[in-house]
Amino acid sequence: MKRLPWYLRDAIYLALFVAILLAASWALNALRFPGIAYYNRIIVMIGINITLAVSLNIINGHAGQFSLGHAGFMAVGAYFSAFLTYFYFSPLVEKYPSAQGALLVVAVLAGGALAAVAGYLVGLPSLRLRGDYLAIVTLGFGEIIRVLILNIEKIGGARGFSGIPHWSNFFWVYFFAGITVLVSFRLVRSSVGRAFLAVREDQIAAEAMGINTTKYKVKAFVIGSFWAGVAGGLFAHYMMYLNPTMFMFLKSFDLVVMVVLGGLGSISGSIIAAVILTILPEGLRMAREVLHTDKDPRMIIYSITLIVLMLTRPQGIFGRRELWQVLAKRKDAVPKKERDDAAA
Amino acid sequence: MRKLGSLAVVVLLSLSLTGCPPKSESGTATNATANADNAAGGDILIGEYGSLTGNQATFGQSTHQGIIIAADEINAAGGVNGRKIKILTEDDQSKPEEAATAVSKLISQNSVVAILGEVASSASLAAAPICQSNKVPMITPSSTNPEVTKKGDYIFRMCFTDDYQGPAMADYTAKQLGTKTAAILTDVKNDYSVFLGRDFERRFTEDGGKIVAKASYSNGDSDFRAQLTSIKPSNPQILWVPGYYTDVGQIAQQARDLGITAPLVGGDGWVSPKLVEIGGKALEGCFYANHYSYDDPSPVVHNFVEKYKQRFGAKPDGMAALAYDAMYVLADSMKRAKKLDGPTLRDAIAATKGYQGVTGTINLGPDRNPIGKKLVIEEVKNGQLVVKGTIQQQQH
Amino acid sequence: MQELLQNLLNGIAVGAIYALIALGYTMVYGILKLINFAHGDVFMLGAFVGYYAGRWAAAHANSGHPANYFIAGGIMLLSMAVCGVFGYLNERIAYRPLRNSPRIASLITAIGVSFLLEYGGQFVFGPDPKFFPTLTPKHIVHLGGIVTTNYQIIVLVVAVIFMGLLQYIIYGTKFGRAMRAVSYNFEIASLMGIPVDRVISTTFVIGSALAAVAGILFGLSYPKIEPLMGIMPGLKAFIAAVLGGIGNVPGAVVGGLTIGIVEAFVGGSQFSNFRDAIAFVILIAILLFRPSGLFGKYEAEKV
Repeated sequence: MKRLPWYLRDAIYLALFVAILLAASWALNALRFPGIAYYNRIIVMIGINITLAVSLNIINGHAGQFSLGHAGFMAVGAYFSAFLTYFYFSPLVEKYPSAQGALLVVAVLAGGALAAVAGYLVGLPSLRLRGDYLAIVTLGFGEIIRVLILNIEKIGGARGFSGIPHWSNFFWVYFFAGITVLVSFRLVRSSVGRAFLAVREDQIAAEAMGINTTKYKVKAFVIGSFWAGVAGGLFAHYMMYLNPTMFMFLKSFDLVVMVVLGGLGSISGSIIAAVILTILPEGLRMAREVLHTDKDPRMIIYSITLIVLMLTRPQGIFGRRELWQVLAKRKDAVPKKERDDAAA
Repeated sequence: MRKLGSLAVVVLLSLSLTGCPPKSESGTATNATANADNAAGGDILIGEYGSLTGNQATFGQSTHQGIIIAADEINAAGGVNGRKIKILTEDDQSKPEEAATAVSKLISQNSVVAILGEVASSASLAAAPICQSNKVPMITPSSTNPEVTKKGDYIFRMCFTDDYQGPAMADYTAKQLGTKTAAILTDVKNDYSVFLGRDFERRFTEDGGKIVAKASYSNGDSDFRAQLTSIKPSNPQILWVPGYYTDVGQIAQQARDLGITAPLVGGDGWVSPKLVEIGGKALEGCFYANHYSYDDPSPVVHNFVEKYKQRFGAKPDGMAALAYDAMYVLADSMKRAKKLDGPTLRDAIAATKGYQGVTGTINLGPDRNPIGKKLVIEEVKNGQLVVKGTIQQQQH
Repeated sequence: MQELLQNLLNGIAVGAIYALIALGYTMVYGILKLINFAHGDVFMLGAFVGYYAGRWAAAHANSGHPANYFIAGGIMLLSMAVCGVFGYLNERIAYRPLRNSPRIASLITAIGVSFLLEYGGQFVFGPDPKFFPTLTPKHIVHLGGIVTTNYQIIVLVVAVIFMGLLQYIIYGTKFGRAMRAVSYNFEIASLMGIPVDRVISTTFVIGSALAAVAGILFGLSYPKIEPLMGIMPGLKAFIAAVLGGIGNVPGAVVGGLTIGIVEAFVGGSQFSNFRDAIAFVILIAILLFRPSGLFGKYEAEKV
């Protein structure tokens, strides 16, 4: 049987995925036991963090650009989509209630688009900078975005933006998470992805080989920030309230820890790390209850983990490989078929 | 290009499915049944969320202590309709998203019948929609931002609001004290501060005063000299500094260092047992708005102050007082309510009238805010807090 | 005019503190090409050591209030020692093993150490702000039309003394020559018989000691301290170092003073809302238009 072209294959995978999501969504709704709403909340947050971690992985992992300002892109997406919904879409939904899902998608994608613009603006001047400088500049941009939002009255400023309708749910969050993973997966195996890896490995050699490193670095920022914006939009429609303090450097740091822990460049690593690091604070909350203490050791655990990780296993859990490669005990990141093709 | 194509296919496929996915978050029905169970017998579970750690820790801890003292007193007097109250506390680390998670956990996992909290309006704003959608009444003891009670009919408040505080202080300084010129220094990161700054300015100028200088700082800054230097030349008679106690002390010190002698005036963000410790002599003659005074001779206040001092070794501040009242109002409402499910309890709380609390008489109005709350102006004199004046909110 | 001079003085006093921290950043970067993210938190550590030492001294002094220059000096030396030891340990444990790893690993570790200090500080000291004890009496000083306190003068004097000391060490001693050699070229310096490891450790110790001085001076001038206090000054000091040309010692001083002065003027103007962002704007502008900083040289990257 002739193999289907990749886009049809993807469409089928996606349709299957959507079906599974619908089933899971229905099942979760049908479950009845105490605390289910709280666990639902955690599961949704995991989905949002997966989107964020995988999108950051595109910038930090695949393209090797050390960005510390990812929360800023998330903020742009969150606020813009909330703005659209609150001022324009909510009234529409009163009239056409079934359009809610579509409007959510539009709002979220619009948030992503504006975040992508922000990513472009951040990426462009940062090109000439080396690793450490880039890190600080991206951190600076993250802060600048936050201070700008703080000063815009229309979206709440310091008081925060409240009254966002609760349109996000398990289905939408995981749907977009799935697409982000799919895009990231296809991206790294495409020619664009190759260029990313080349820039990551040795920028000067890549430039010498004719790759326009400028173009690809900016592209990585734009794509990564788009999905961060999408995650932000979903976050806004779930929390129903936004405040600039939710997007401080601490949040960017959380995401960096996820990506580094999972392995810079590994999509499955980012996913697993996102799951672990979303559940961890809640687990610690229970531990604190048991131990009758108020002090929260979460940040200390994160920092020690980071240090120990860098000293003993800097490549993170999976390094650059993906889960299935690890399970197949493979050492490289190139799929078997392509290796065989190249060898032949 | 090809990626765009794939994306387009995918988006089209999914848009066609937009009708299908379930829209509500599960658990609302569960909560109703669980809460009703809780409502029927055994200990009454009440949830509290607050900043026990983090930047505004004293606010959260004072509130917590006020609630605990009230709960213990109520239990010692026989509880509510024969059942004891149990307070379940969650820390939100002064972060709004943690507030939302904390409240979600309390409601869904612990099945509390009501929620008490928070002091910071941003945390209350994050948690209110969750309480509202789950039909669990929430009483905020000290959030002064007017937006909070607008989130829904399950959200109630014990204290006066910012849109009362700002103009009231402006009237006091302009009319009672005859102040003609003022400078305003607000915390731009804190909406509470910005709001109060604006409201004060509006009323002060309406009353015939003149704002001669304005500046702003960021919560957590250490150096305010630049802003104070820009204010000094215009020689204001008072400085309106509606920020938090953590910054105000330093601002006062640096103002005196620069040779500014005018008194600083502020709102209830100054309320803290640490205020004078931080500001020291620089705060002499400065005054601010408080929710009650612990020197109030009335028996209710006296009793409360003594008990609190005995147990916690310090005098209770405004936050503790409001929290104490909140707990008592909640208990009183529960006694009046026939059942403890959401809608009945809500109605009982909304019907609170004439309750004599530590912070004055509490009458909840149709907008779920208290009407006619007393505002106590406290001044720092010889290192102590003394009552300078009282303002009674007009009944609308 | 008076306002201008007042702002200038305020700016220089704050800038001197930034400069002391910036020196640590610039020295470490010059030698290791590493941005020591944790440096701002060493500053915090210095302030806290001063806090606890000051309280202990107050509790043990006969008069109950040791507002006395000698004790203050002693506390400063103690703080410098503690931070110096921390700097040494930090380098040995967290940075030395990664010297041959890609730079990103060191950067991430540095961020890890930074957060460890910040949140560890919150855990150990408590997150609420503490109030630095008064180590010396405060007097208000009038200079012409400007009003200031003797604290600002103390800050300036002490900062100048230490900067001068550092300048002497780097340019006037044999050890300083070794430091400069290592910053030019690591490998050749070791081939020349310079004990590179010892030089690097000492650099960290000196940098951390200077940060401790900055911490004490800060605690003196702005008595409110808390475990997260190092973040913003640390970042601004880093920007100052970049502004002056990272790796360049006098540049760090000029950078620190410049940032302090700019902040003072912006803070006193209508744009005071954006005071936090202005430092980052400066950074981005510098990196875009003159990445080697005011005094740095453009270095070609060898392949």
